[in-house]
Amino acid sequence: MSTTFWIIIAAAIATYLTRIGGHLVISRFENIHPRVEAGLNAVPAAVLTTLVAPEMLNAGPAEWAALVVTALVSLRGGLMPMFLAGAAVLIAARQFVG
Amino acid sequence: MTTDAISESSAKSDFWQGVRLSMPVVVASAPFAVLFGALAVEQGFSVLEAFLMSALVFGGASQMVGIQLFGQHVAPWLIVLSIFAVNFRHVLYSAGIGRRIAHWPLIQKALGYFILTDPQFAVAEARAQSGQTVGFAWYLGLGLPVYVLWIVESALGAVFGKLIPDTHALGIDFLLPIYFLGLVLGFRKRPLWLPVVVASAVGSIIAYKTVGSPWHVSIGAVTGILLAVILPPRHSGVEARP
Repeated sequence: MSTTFWIIIAAAIATYLTRIGGHLVISRFENIHPRVEAGLNAVPAAVLTTLVAPEMLNAGPAEWAALVVTALVSLRGGLMPMFLAGAAVLIAARQFVG
Repeated sequence: MTTDAISESSAKSDFWQGVRLSMPVVVASAPFAVLFGALAVEQGFSVLEAFLMSALVFGGASQMVGIQLFGQHVAPWLIVLSIFAVNFRHVLYSAGIGRRIAHWPLIQKALGYFILTDPQFAVAEARAQSGQTVGFAWYLGLGLPVYVLWIVESALGAVFGKLIPDTHALGIDFLLPIYFLGLVLGFRKRPLWLPVVVASAVGSIIAYKTVGSPWHVSIGAVTGILLAVILPPRHSGVEARP
Protein backbone atom coordinates (compact mmCIF):
# COMPACT_ATOMS: atom_id res chain seq x y z
CA MET A 1 0.00 0.00 0.00
CA SER A 2 1.29 3.47 -0.91
CA THR A 3 1.95 6.31 1.54
CA THR A 4 -0.87 8.25 -0.12
CA PHE A 5 -3.28 5.44 0.68
CA TRP A 6 -2.34 5.52 4.36
CA ILE A 7 -2.60 9.31 4.46
CA ILE A 8 -6.15 8.99 3.13
CA ILE A 9 -7.08 6.29 5.67
CA ALA A 10 -5.63 8.30 8.59
CA ALA A 11 -7.33 11.48 7.36
CA ALA A 12 -10.64 9.60 7.13
CA ILE A 13 -10.31 8.33 10.71
CA ALA A 14 -9.26 11.78 11.99
CA THR A 15 -12.23 13.37 10.20
CA TYR A 16 -14.69 10.81 11.55
CA LEU A 17 -13.37 11.48 15.05
CA THR A 18 -14.24 15.18 14.67
CA ARG A 19 -17.74 14.27 13.47
CA ILE A 20 -18.49 11.86 16.28
CA GLY A 21 -16.19 13.35 18.94
CA GLY A 22 -18.10 16.50 19.75
CA HIS A 23 -21.10 14.44 20.73
CA LEU A 24 -19.00 12.00 22.75
CA VAL A 25 -16.80 14.56 24.50
CA ILE A 26 -18.74 17.80 24.80
CA SER A 27 -21.90 16.08 26.00
CA ARG A 28 -19.80 14.78 28.90
CA PHE A 29 -18.25 18.10 29.97
CA GLU A 30 -20.76 20.77 30.88
CA ASN A 31 -18.23 23.61 30.70
CA ILE A 32 -15.48 24.31 28.19
CA HIS A 33 -12.93 26.81 29.48
CA PRO A 34 -13.58 30.17 27.76
CA ARG A 35 -9.96 30.40 26.58
CA VAL A 36 -10.16 26.94 25.01
CA GLU A 37 -13.39 27.93 23.30
CA ALA A 38 -11.77 31.17 22.06
CA GLY A 39 -8.86 29.15 20.70
CA LEU A 40 -11.19 26.69 18.95
CA ASN A 41 -13.12 29.55 17.38
CA ALA A 42 -9.88 30.89 15.91
CA VAL A 43 -8.86 27.54 14.36
CA PRO A 44 -10.44 27.82 10.86
CA ALA A 45 -9.23 31.37 10.10
CA ALA A 46 -5.78 30.70 11.58
CA VAL A 47 -5.17 27.47 9.64
CA LEU A 48 -6.57 28.69 6.31
CA THR A 49 -4.63 31.98 6.46
CA THR A 50 -1.31 30.11 6.57
CA LEU A 51 -2.21 28.45 3.26
CA VAL A 52 -2.70 31.80 1.51
CA ALA A 53 -0.17 34.21 3.08
CA PRO A 54 3.13 32.63 1.91
CA GLU A 55 1.70 32.25 -1.62
CA MET A 56 1.40 36.04 -1.74
CA LEU A 57 5.20 36.34 -1.49
CA ASN A 58 5.61 34.64 -4.86
CA ALA A 59 2.53 36.19 -6.47
CA GLY A 60 2.88 38.26 -9.65
CA PRO A 61 0.47 40.87 -11.07
CA ALA A 62 -2.01 38.24 -12.34
CA GLU A 63 -2.17 36.52 -8.94
CA TRP A 64 -2.52 39.81 -7.05
CA ALA A 65 -5.32 40.96 -9.35
CA ALA A 66 -7.14 37.69 -8.69
CA LEU A 67 -6.74 37.95 -4.90
CA VAL A 68 -7.92 41.57 -4.82
CA VAL A 69 -11.00 40.78 -6.93
CA THR A 70 -11.75 37.74 -4.75
CA ALA A 71 -11.61 39.94 -1.64
CA LEU A 72 -13.85 42.61 -3.21
CA VAL A 73 -16.48 40.10 -4.38
CA SER A 74 -16.48 38.56 -0.90
CA LEU A 75 -18.00 41.75 0.50
CA ARG A 76 -21.17 40.97 -1.47
CA GLY A 77 -21.25 37.41 -2.76
CA GLY A 78 -20.99 33.91 -1.35
CA LEU A 79 -18.11 31.48 -1.68
CA MET A 80 -18.90 30.38 -5.23
CA PRO A 81 -19.23 33.83 -6.90
CA MET A 82 -16.08 34.88 -5.04
CA PHE A 83 -14.12 31.89 -6.27
CA LEU A 84 -15.37 32.14 -9.87
CA ALA A 85 -14.58 35.88 -10.07
CA GLY A 86 -11.06 35.34 -8.73
CA ALA A 87 -10.44 32.42 -11.08
CA ALA A 88 -11.77 34.36 -14.10
CA VAL A 89 -9.48 37.32 -13.37
CA LEU A 90 -6.49 35.00 -12.87
CA ILE A 91 -7.04 33.14 -16.15
CA ALA A 92 -7.66 36.37 -18.08
CA ALA A 93 -4.59 38.11 -16.59
CA ARG A 94 -2.32 35.11 -17.22
CA GLN A 95 -3.04 35.33 -20.94
CA PHE A 96 -1.29 38.73 -20.92
CA VAL A 97 1.37 38.65 -18.22
CA GLY A 98 1.96 34.88 -18.08
CA MET B 1 -53.09 -0.55 6.35
CA THR B 2 -50.93 -2.01 9.11
CA THR B 3 -48.81 0.26 11.31
CA ASP B 4 -45.69 -1.09 9.60
CA ALA B 5 -46.95 -0.09 6.17
CA ILE B 6 -47.91 3.37 7.41
CA SER B 7 -44.52 4.04 8.97
CA GLU B 8 -42.79 2.65 5.90
CA SER B 9 -44.66 4.95 3.54
CA SER B 10 -44.06 7.96 5.78
CA ALA B 11 -40.36 7.09 5.91
CA LYS B 12 -40.39 7.01 2.10
CA SER B 13 -41.95 10.44 1.82
CA ASP B 14 -39.58 11.78 4.50
CA PHE B 15 -36.67 10.44 2.46
CA TRP B 16 -37.83 12.21 -0.70
CA GLN B 17 -38.47 15.41 1.20
CA GLY B 18 -34.83 15.25 2.31
CA VAL B 19 -33.70 14.59 -1.27
CA ARG B 20 -35.52 17.72 -2.46
CA LEU B 21 -33.73 19.80 0.20
CA SER B 22 -30.38 18.33 -0.83
CA MET B 23 -30.56 19.70 -4.38
CA PRO B 24 -29.13 23.20 -3.74
CA VAL B 25 -26.26 21.58 -1.84
CA VAL B 26 -25.62 19.15 -4.71
CA VAL B 27 -25.47 22.03 -7.21
CA ALA B 28 -23.26 24.23 -5.03
CA SER B 29 -20.76 21.50 -4.21
CA ALA B 30 -20.45 20.05 -7.74
CA PRO B 31 -17.81 22.52 -9.02
CA PHE B 32 -15.69 21.95 -5.93
CA ALA B 33 -15.86 18.17 -6.32
CA VAL B 34 -14.71 18.43 -9.95
CA LEU B 35 -12.06 20.97 -8.94
CA PHE B 36 -10.85 18.71 -6.15
CA GLY B 37 -10.46 15.78 -8.55
CA ALA B 38 -8.59 17.87 -11.11
CA LEU B 39 -6.28 19.44 -8.51
CA ALA B 40 -5.64 16.13 -6.76
CA VAL B 41 -4.32 14.64 -10.00
CA GLU B 42 -2.30 17.81 -10.61
CA GLN B 43 -0.68 17.37 -7.16
CA GLY B 44 0.26 13.74 -7.77
CA PHE B 45 -2.79 11.71 -6.74
CA SER B 46 -4.07 8.87 -8.91
CA VAL B 47 -7.73 8.88 -10.01
CA LEU B 48 -8.42 6.03 -7.57
CA GLU B 49 -6.80 7.93 -4.69
CA ALA B 50 -8.84 11.06 -5.45
CA PHE B 51 -11.99 8.90 -5.53
CA LEU B 52 -11.03 7.19 -2.27
CA MET B 53 -10.32 10.44 -0.45
CA SER B 54 -13.71 11.86 -1.44
CA ALA B 55 -15.46 8.63 -0.39
CA LEU B 56 -13.73 8.31 2.99
CA VAL B 57 -13.04 11.89 4.15
CA PHE B 58 -16.04 13.66 2.49
CA GLY B 59 -15.02 17.18 3.55
CA GLY B 60 -14.33 19.65 0.73
CA ALA B 61 -12.09 22.25 2.38
CA SER B 62 -10.04 19.66 4.26
CA GLN B 63 -9.50 17.62 1.08
CA MET B 64 -8.24 20.75 -0.69
CA VAL B 65 -5.86 21.45 2.20
CA GLY B 66 -4.68 17.84 2.12
CA ILE B 67 -3.77 17.78 -1.56
CA GLN B 68 -2.16 21.23 -1.39
CA LEU B 69 0.19 20.02 1.37
CA PHE B 70 0.68 16.70 -0.40
CA GLY B 71 1.88 18.59 -3.50
CA GLN B 72 4.41 20.44 -1.33
CA HIS B 73 5.78 17.10 -0.04
CA VAL B 74 4.83 17.88 3.53
CA ALA B 75 5.35 15.11 6.11
CA PRO B 76 2.36 12.68 6.11
CA TRP B 77 1.54 13.20 9.80
CA LEU B 78 1.37 16.95 9.25
CA ILE B 79 -1.01 16.47 6.30
CA VAL B 80 -3.29 14.34 8.48
CA LEU B 81 -3.04 16.82 11.36
CA SER B 82 -3.91 19.72 9.04
CA ILE B 83 -6.96 17.85 7.71
CA PHE B 84 -7.93 17.18 11.32
CA ALA B 85 -7.48 20.88 12.15
CA VAL B 86 -9.61 22.05 9.23
CA ASN B 87 -12.34 19.55 10.12
CA PHE B 88 -12.23 20.37 13.80
CA ARG B 89 -15.33 22.56 13.50
CA HIS B 90 -17.36 19.35 13.09
CA VAL B 91 -16.85 18.73 16.80
CA LEU B 92 -19.27 21.57 17.43
CA TYR B 93 -21.79 20.31 14.84
CA SER B 94 -21.52 16.87 16.38
CA ALA B 95 -22.24 18.23 19.85
CA GLY B 96 -25.20 20.19 18.49
CA ILE B 97 -26.85 17.50 16.36
CA GLY B 98 -26.39 14.85 19.05
CA ARG B 99 -29.45 16.19 20.88
CA ARG B 100 -31.60 15.88 17.72
CA ILE B 101 -30.75 12.30 16.83
CA ALA B 102 -30.48 10.82 20.32
CA HIS B 103 -33.48 8.53 19.56
CA TRP B 104 -31.78 6.77 16.61
CA PRO B 105 -30.32 3.24 16.89
CA LEU B 106 -26.53 3.12 17.23
CA ILE B 107 -25.79 2.04 13.62
CA GLN B 108 -27.93 4.86 12.22
CA LYS B 109 -26.18 7.36 14.48
CA ALA B 110 -22.75 6.09 13.38
CA LEU B 111 -23.77 6.58 9.75
CA GLY B 112 -25.41 9.93 10.46
CA TYR B 113 -22.22 11.36 11.96
CA PHE B 114 -20.22 10.14 8.95
CA ILE B 115 -22.19 12.39 6.56
CA LEU B 116 -22.30 15.37 8.95
CA THR B 117 -21.11 18.24 6.72
CA ASP B 118 -21.66 22.01 7.07
CA PRO B 119 -24.93 22.10 5.05
CA GLN B 120 -26.14 18.81 6.56
CA PHE B 121 -25.81 20.32 10.02
CA ALA B 122 -27.34 23.65 9.02
CA VAL B 123 -30.45 22.11 7.35
CA ALA B 124 -30.99 19.46 10.02
CA GLU B 125 -30.63 22.01 12.81
CA ALA B 126 -33.12 24.32 11.06
CA ARG B 127 -35.65 21.45 10.85
CA ALA B 128 -35.18 20.63 14.53
CA GLN B 129 -35.66 24.27 15.51
CA SER B 130 -38.93 24.44 13.55
CA GLY B 131 -40.23 21.76 15.91
CA GLN B 132 -40.06 18.77 13.52
CA THR B 133 -38.25 15.56 14.39
CA VAL B 134 -35.02 14.80 12.54
CA GLY B 135 -35.73 11.23 11.38
CA PHE B 136 -33.15 8.91 9.88
CA ALA B 137 -34.95 8.58 6.51
CA TRP B 138 -35.20 12.35 6.11
CA TYR B 139 -31.57 12.89 7.19
CA LEU B 140 -30.36 10.20 4.78
CA GLY B 141 -32.41 11.73 1.94
CA LEU B 142 -30.67 15.04 2.64
CA GLY B 143 -27.16 13.62 2.82
CA LEU B 144 -27.00 10.66 0.44
CA PRO B 145 -27.35 12.53 -2.90
CA VAL B 146 -24.65 14.99 -1.80
CA TYR B 147 -22.34 12.13 -0.82
CA VAL B 148 -22.83 10.01 -3.96
CA LEU B 149 -22.47 12.93 -6.37
CA TRP B 150 -19.46 14.30 -4.47
CA ILE B 151 -17.61 11.02 -5.09
CA VAL B 152 -18.70 10.64 -8.73
CA GLU B 153 -17.81 14.25 -9.58
CA SER B 154 -14.42 13.97 -7.85
CA ALA B 155 -13.57 10.95 -10.00
CA LEU B 156 -14.77 12.77 -13.14
CA GLY B 157 -12.64 15.78 -12.20
CA ALA B 158 -9.62 13.54 -11.71
CA VAL B 159 -10.09 11.85 -15.10
CA PHE B 160 -10.69 15.21 -16.78
CA GLY B 161 -7.77 16.81 -14.92
CA LYS B 162 -5.33 14.48 -16.65
CA LEU B 163 -6.49 15.84 -20.01
CA ILE B 164 -5.77 19.51 -19.23
CA PRO B 165 -2.76 20.42 -21.40
CA ASP B 166 -1.56 23.79 -20.08
CA THR B 167 -2.42 24.02 -16.38
CA HIS B 168 -0.55 27.30 -15.93
CA ALA B 169 -2.62 29.22 -18.52
CA LEU B 170 -5.78 27.91 -16.85
CA GLY B 171 -4.47 29.06 -13.48
CA ILE B 172 -4.90 25.60 -11.92
CA ASP B 173 -1.84 26.04 -9.71
CA PHE B 174 -3.22 29.19 -8.08
CA LEU B 175 -6.89 28.22 -7.74
CA LEU B 176 -6.39 26.78 -4.24
CA PRO B 177 -4.98 30.00 -2.71
CA ILE B 178 -7.97 31.85 -4.22
CA TYR B 179 -10.35 29.25 -2.78
CA PHE B 180 -8.70 29.43 0.65
CA LEU B 181 -8.79 33.22 0.62
CA GLY B 182 -12.52 32.89 -0.04
CA LEU B 183 -12.89 30.54 2.94
CA VAL B 184 -10.85 32.84 5.20
CA LEU B 185 -13.03 35.81 4.20
CA GLY B 186 -16.14 33.73 4.85
CA PHE B 187 -15.26 33.70 8.55
CA ARG B 188 -14.82 37.49 8.68
CA LYS B 189 -17.90 38.11 10.89
CA ARG B 190 -16.36 36.08 13.71
CA PRO B 191 -15.08 38.07 16.68
CA LEU B 192 -11.33 38.67 16.62
CA TRP B 193 -11.15 37.58 12.97
CA LEU B 194 -8.77 40.29 11.73
CA PRO B 195 -6.21 40.02 14.58
CA VAL B 196 -6.14 36.21 14.18
CA VAL B 197 -5.71 36.45 10.39
CA VAL B 198 -2.95 39.07 10.70
CA ALA B 199 -1.13 37.07 13.40
CA SER B 200 -1.36 33.84 11.38
CA ALA B 201 -0.28 35.59 8.17
CA VAL B 202 2.76 37.22 9.81
CA GLY B 203 3.63 34.03 11.71
CA SER B 204 3.40 31.83 8.62
CA ILE B 205 5.37 34.22 6.39
CA ILE B 206 8.19 34.56 8.95
CA ALA B 207 8.25 30.77 9.43
CA TYR B 208 8.18 30.22 5.66
CA LYS B 209 11.24 32.49 5.28
CA THR B 210 13.17 31.08 8.23
CA VAL B 211 12.17 27.51 9.11
CA GLY B 212 10.68 26.78 5.70
CA SER B 213 7.74 24.78 4.34
CA PRO B 214 5.83 22.79 5.68
CA TRP B 215 6.36 24.19 9.18
CA HIS B 216 4.94 27.57 8.24
CA VAL B 217 1.45 26.03 8.35
CA SER B 218 1.55 24.82 11.95
CA ILE B 219 3.65 27.74 13.23
CA GLY B 220 1.37 30.30 11.57
CA ALA B 221 -1.77 28.55 12.79
CA VAL B 222 -0.47 28.30 16.36
CA THR B 223 0.42 32.02 16.29
CA GLY B 224 -3.16 32.98 15.45
CA ILE B 225 -4.75 30.51 17.89
CA LEU B 226 -2.43 31.60 20.74
CA LEU B 227 -3.46 35.21 20.18
CA ALA B 228 -7.13 34.21 20.66
CA VAL B 229 -6.24 32.17 23.76
CA ILE B 230 -4.09 34.89 25.36
CA LEU B 231 -6.48 37.81 24.83
CA PRO B 232 -9.28 38.06 27.41
CA PRO B 233 -12.08 35.71 26.23
CA ARG B 234 -14.61 38.55 25.91
CA HIS B 235 -12.68 39.69 22.79
CA SER B 236 -13.62 36.38 21.17
CA GLY B 237 -17.28 36.84 22.04
CA VAL B 238 -16.99 34.03 24.58
CA GLU B 239 -18.80 34.61 27.84
CA ALA B 240 -16.58 34.26 30.89
CA ARG B 241 -18.21 31.74 33.19
CA PRO B 242 -17.85 31.70 36.97
